[in-house]
Amino acid sequence: MRYAMVIDTLKCVGCSDCVVACQTENSVPVGYCRDWVTESVSGTYPTLELELKSERCNHCDNAPCVRCCPTGASHIVKGGIVLVIGDECIGCGACIESCPYDARYQHPDGYVDKCTFCHHRLEKGQLPACVSVCPTKCMYFGDLDDPNSEVSKLLKRRKHKTLAPEAGTKPNVYYLI
Amino acid sequence: MQQEEIFISGRNIPHIDPTLEIWHWPISLYLFLGGLGAGLLFFAAIITVLGKEEDYPTTVKYATIIPPIALSLGLLALVYDLTHPLYTWQLYTTIRLESPMSWGAWVLLVTTPLSFLWVFSYYSELFPKWKLKFNFLNNFEKLLKKNRKNMAYALIPLSIILGIYTGILLSAFNARPLWNNAILGPLFLTSGLSTGAATILLLAKTTKERHLFSKIDLLLIIIELGLIIHMIMSMAAGSEVQLEAMQLLIGGEFTLMFFGFVVILGLIVPAILEFTEIIGYKVPVAVPAILILIGGLVLRFVMVEAGQITRYLY
Amino acid sequence: MKGIKDKYGAESMALLKHGSPGSHLEHLFKAYGSDTIAEPAYAQCRGPRETGFGLTFGAWVGSPEPTDIRDTKCLVLIGSHIGENMHNTQVQEMSDAIDNNATIITVDPRYSTAASKSKYWLPIKPSTDMALLLSWMHVLIYEDIYDKAYVEQYGFGFDELKEHVRSYTPEWAYGITTIKPEEIRKTARVMAAAAPSVIVHPGRHVVWYGDDSQRSRAIAILNGLLGAWGRRGGFYFKEKIKIPTYPHPPFPQPKWGWEELGEKYPFAEMGITNEIVQASIPKKDQKYPIKAWFIAGTNLLNTIPQHKIIEKAIDSVEFIVVVDTMPMEITGYADVVLPECTYLERYDGIRSATNREPSIALRMPAAEPRFESKPAWWIAKQLGERLGLHDYFNYKDFKEVIAWQLKQLGTSLEEMEKVGVKKFKRKSGPLFLKEGQPYEFATNSGKIEFYSTELEEKGFDPMPIYTPHNEPDQGFYRLNYGRSPMHTFSRTVNNPNLNDLMDENKLWVNSKVARIEDLKNNQEVWLENQDGIISSFPIKVRVTERIRWDSVYMYHGFGHSNKKLSRAHGKGASDTQLITKVTIDPLMGGTGMRGNFVKILTENPHKKEIVS
Ligand code: SF4
Ligand code: SF4
Repeated sequence: MRYAMVIDTLKCVGCSDCVVACQTENSVPVGYCRDWVTESVSGTYPTLELELKSERCNHCDNAPCVRCCPTGASHIVKGGIVLVIGDECIGCGACIESCPYDARYQHPDGYVDKCTFCHHRLEKGQLPACVSVCPTKCMYFGDLDDPNSEVSKLLKRRKHKTLAPEAGTKPNVYYLI
Repeated sequence: MQQEEIFISGRNIPHIDPTLEIWHWPISLYLFLGGLGAGLLFFAAIITVLGKEEDYPTTVKYATIIPPIALSLGLLALVYDLTHPLYTWQLYTTIRLESPMSWGAWVLLVTTPLSFLWVFSYYSELFPKWKLKFNFLNNFEKLLKKNRKNMAYALIPLSIILGIYTGILLSAFNARPLWNNAILGPLFLTSGLSTGAATILLLAKTTKERHLFSKIDLLLIIIELGLIIHMIMSMAAGSEVQLEAMQLLIGGEFTLMFFGFVVILGLIVPAILEFTEIIGYKVPVAVPAILILIGGLVLRFVMVEAGQITRYLY
Repeated sequence: MKGIKDKYGAESMALLKHGSPGSHLEHLFKAYGSDTIAEPAYAQCRGPRETGFGLTFGAWVGSPEPTDIRDTKCLVLIGSHIGENMHNTQVQEMSDAIDNNATIITVDPRYSTAASKSKYWLPIKPSTDMALLLSWMHVLIYEDIYDKAYVEQYGFGFDELKEHVRSYTPEWAYGITTIKPEEIRKTARVMAAAAPSVIVHPGRHVVWYGDDSQRSRAIAILNGLLGAWGRRGGFYFKEKIKIPTYPHPPFPQPKWGWEELGEKYPFAEMGITNEIVQASIPKKDQKYPIKAWFIAGTNLLNTIPQHKIIEKAIDSVEFIVVVDTMPMEITGYADVVLPECTYLERYDGIRSATNREPSIALRMPAAEPRFESKPAWWIAKQLGERLGLHDYFNYKDFKEVIAWQLKQLGTSLEEMEKVGVKKFKRKSGPLFLKEGQPYEFATNSGKIEFYSTELEEKGFDPMPIYTPHNEPDQGFYRLNYGRSPMHTFSRTVNNPNLNDLMDENKLWVNSKVARIEDLKNNQEVWLENQDGIISSFPIKVRVTERIRWDSVYMYHGFGHSNKKLSRAHGKGASDTQLITKVTIDPLMGGTGMRGNFVKILTENPHKKEIVS
């Protein structure tokens, strides 16, 4: 099993509902966030392009944060989800330094926190909170090892990219473009 | 052409945005003290293995009081910068070779006590006034004295690993283009050795010892300058993000610190002074030595801070 | 309220409202004897489009819009920023349309989110939309690509229209709109090719330049030419369930009300808030004097332009009650504040939405109300009891009303608590017209009126014409505003989570303008409008290519001045404060607000005042 998220940038409107959903679902303290929305504008008026996308931990196959963690607090579980065990984390910050996406942060309680792909919801057969609330339904979640999953099919059919592939992390969040 | 790249969901996470500020001065200090301790231990061990203790008493004896203090302070600084310090013991529940932080912690765990033992082996010579009260301590000192060579054999690799580690801790991070180059390990090792040599220079009492370490230091400075040039050249030939990283050093907010304090005041000026002294002019050796120490410290600060600004996205 | 009734008559007490609390209070007001009721959502927002479409198709657009965006082949947005305007069904369906590869055409001087998702973005010169619409008609008619069968069967006054738009060529429009004639032709052809599965969207906030009902008419006419009304992928025939009225004695007949207050505007179909505000300032021989306000769920000061007039009215009225969930600017002016609990803490009237399939939704509490806040139904009932209107509130708990209504509808509170939303079968006939199906539109002629007989009767232009609007003077920029997708009007800026997403608005400035005015990103500036009104708070600059050089843009709803809004206070600038000039729509009284111009000040003007 290899979980992946596929996000259609052509549909995202940048409302940030995904961000609030995550903050509420995961009790992320106000002022922090596990996912966020970016806007990139290119061109000059009136020949312009705009890309909106919801970003988060990429649950990389080749996760530098897991490799550099001195205690094993950062680890990978079934489906390729990268998790942090708060009680094993010393808060050294190595994983934060190692992440090219700046997807991790220091929780005010000291340990390092990040997106979990809503692991606790997946276990109950639910979708990640962000995916489930998006009004444009621009986010898809599923198993890349299953060729019939929606995510596999979308990636087969549509042009896509990952973020900062040159960092060599092999991300599992894909963007349809 | 990319015009704007912005967060629209108001992301402004403490210490993460707009640029990373996860590692602060304690980490720079830690890297500096680790390098300094490593350098001093390395020279002490080498001289001991070569059997030249009598000729270079500062190196093997007086200067070695510094490493245990430096390493302990360094460790304290590291723990001080942890955000979940009560769980520090978790470091020693596992060894993770892929994590420099992990093996660094282990190397320190071995080296620091060893550095204490080393000093203890010279206890009666270093502190002739304060006699050891207990017999078993006296016996212990004797035992250590006998094993000094063995300790030296262990310390040579350990100090080299420690010195390299201070660089690799940063260079292992692919995500920070400024850090991510193979030269940082050797550079920090050389700089650590150079600060060690400078410290010995500062404390040495005989012209012989001073001259030797002036020469060693000069050599190290030349290597270090070479490494810095190499690092900048390789970044200049690198990807866009690396170019941006290089820009921070050669034409950005860190240029003055880097070229002023590290390259010119911390390397070139001391090199000239040391050279002058070697060819026979009288130069107060304290001046180049102190300049080198300051340069070494500033190098760590610049690299740690500037490195955290460099990034792939946003 | 008793005092006002005794002294001036119940009619002199006005209700200004928005959203859910409105219906409960409206009930109270009608029982009390006042029909002096208005909501800013009409004359400050979508009123003109209802008039425009009403005059053309004999039907309001209404909310939610009966646009079949989901299945359309071509969606045309005129200054409508779906995606930033988060009306949920519209956003959801636009996303479906993108999935279905629909062509989107967006007309907007700003590169809006919707524009970025469009195949054709027409960066029009602000205030010239009418010229574009007329030239589109010209192309459709003179290239003979309009829906002939449809127009023939359902249209009225086509020949007059044809004659009317003869001279409105794309070349003519180019000089006005700056949109190239080829672009105008191409987009008209794209629409025609997709027709009748095409929607020229009526928009929502359409009070722009004062000729807004006429512009909405033009949009309606285009839809008529394309045969989109009553067609799949165009506009469907909406249907909703009528919620039975809980028994109560008949309401007394007020002597006057919103209709009389808006009598100058023959096509006003709802109360005009700004007329009520005007009528609150005492004048000689006033027929319809207003003496007190009851305000619910609308932060009037961030809703109604022309602060000077509002402030004068506030000073004049004898009494102001405000029902709201949070401290707002307007609560600071109230004699009495009645704190309302939020929608998650109360029962509300059953929601019955107009949609493809009629449906009802139960609105029930998810949590207990906090502090002393109470649901609006409770507030209305308590006031009613004290006003001796018990018979109109013949229940202990509003739940009883809901239970009774649901029973009439053949369901029950128990069932609805489980399912939440219940759909019903359509009864009014199919969603779309069958080919050739006879259909009577509720207009004078029973047809789609390209030529409006009603407008002619009342002495207005029976077909829309282009009138040039004011343009900014040297050094001024047109102030455009719109919605941030994170916030609901000005009402949510203090919510901790939403404030975290966006705590201030920024002034969008084209990079050319930034160069001329020497502005940098995130630099704080102040704005001064054509009437010398200066923004109370600074606003940060966003240098962006997404905006035309002749206008600036900001999100609506920021720059709060009430200190009790601890997170929102002083953050960003208020667009409403700078809208001091309005152009009134002569048809229905809407307040056109896009004719305000601002100068960018880089020095703090408020500091200077203190010094001198
Ligand atoms: S909720 Fe959906 S549309 Fe809104 S920002 Fe997130 S991904 Fe984009
Ligand atoms: S901060 Fe915690 S999770 Fe991250 S590397 Fe250090 S110990 Fe591991």
